[in-house]
Amino acid sequence: MSKSTPYVMRHGEQHAVTLTLNGRERSGHCETRELLSDFLRHELGATGTHVGCEHGVCGACTVHVDGVAARSCLMLAVQADGRRVDTVEGLAPAQTLGDLQQAFSRHHALQCGFCTAGILMSCADFLQRVPDPTEEQVREMLSGHICRCTGYTPIVAAVLDCAARRRAQCADTEAEHA
Amino acid sequence: MKPAAFDYVRATTTHEALEMLAQSGEDARVLAGGQSLMAVLNMRLAQPRVLVDISRTDELNAVRVDRDARRLVVSAAATQGSVEWRATLRDEVPLLAMAFPHISHFQIRNRGTVCGSIAHADPSAELPLVLTALGGEVLLRSKKKQRVVSANDFFQGMLMTAREPDELVEAVRFPLKQPGERFGFTECSARHGDFAMVACAAVVTNDAIQIAVGGVADRPKVERWPRLQGDDLRGALNDLSWKLGAQDDAHISAKYRRHLVRELGWRVIEEAK
Repeated sequence: MSKSTPYVMRHGEQHAVTLTLNGRERSGHCETRELLSDFLRHELGATGTHVGCEHGVCGACTVHVDGVAARSCLMLAVQADGRRVDTVEGLAPAQTLGDLQQAFSRHHALQCGFCTAGILMSCADFLQRVPDPTEEQVREMLSGHICRCTGYTPIVAAVLDCAARRRAQCADTEAEHA
Repeated sequence: MKPAAFDYVRATTTHEALEMLAQSGEDARVLAGGQSLMAVLNMRLAQPRVLVDISRTDELNAVRVDRDARRLVVSAAATQGSVEWRATLRDEVPLLAMAFPHISHFQIRNRGTVCGSIAHADPSAELPLVLTALGGEVLLRSKKKQRVVSANDFFQGMLMTAREPDELVEAVRFPLKQPGERFGFTECSARHGDFAMVACAAVVTNDAIQIAVGGVADRPKVERWPRLQGDDLRGALNDLSWKLGAQDDAHISAKYRRHLVRELGWRVIEEAK
């Protein structure tokens, strides 16, 4: 064990936080108690991430931290210093919808849209890990989100459709290279 | 729904974390994954003066198998996800692999830590139940000393443990699967990922049944029986359901909890046989 004195960030003071948001380095200031969700919205202006319950149950504020889905309301902004954070804005980099978002659009997988940003970020992580999911697996993943409009069925259809198209595209690419 | 003010310390080494705990004692809380603690802070159910963040303490972020001692050792900052997605987990500690899908949601398990759930000691949580069912151990460390406490002695009541204010849950040890052991796990909750009303884990060998129940008493409880069958097993489960002292709460009645102990207990033992 190395012996060093820890650096204490005091309450009531402003602390600099620098993170990589959707591939771009961004900086801001916050108190120690500021949640990552509020920091993204109020300090960095990334209002795509929505805030629902603020205790980790509703899933609306889900973002990626170092590539994995996590609740931004259950993380402090100071904890994200030096980390890579990806939000829903990053799914449509050139102002065109990504394939997952297009699938949501095709299947009417959203209505009011409040929960959608978080659900998209969970699905993005999930499909990386489970490229060929069953309906049951998708529903289990969605259990971490609350949507009061859709009844979830169109969301499940959109995720399965997106996964199927990605696999088909993957197969085509492999065939071209064969 | 915002935390009250606190000083924040990012410990880069175990020594730093222990130093801060030695200085601040009961005024400090350890922040690992934050998936219970941050919700508690947001709701201001706790207002610590100091948060000691160990989530980026590299030396505490380890998951390893100790072949000689036959156990899986999970350090304080290791996430539930990092254990759950271990390719060999089903062979090492099958009961853990069975329990993980019931723990909240994968978005929470990505950040939530194994040791954090153990230290939090919610009586309905799955990881304390699994650790108790397997007879695991908790490693506690302070600036002055290190000690090992059995799961049975560690959990002392609702959100109460044997941890002293200056101690860190440095690691937990899950015994590896022994030849001949078979396992069962199930729980009943209102929605998938919610806290369990009753959760049951069973370890069955050729001559013994071990059943652990969470969500009923103020901590996980274990019973050891010979290989009971049929009416004898039903009878033992009924006795256990009364012994646990189930109580009514806002969601379900004591009577229903006893029913769940009898039924889920039967199912996990059958699953494990």
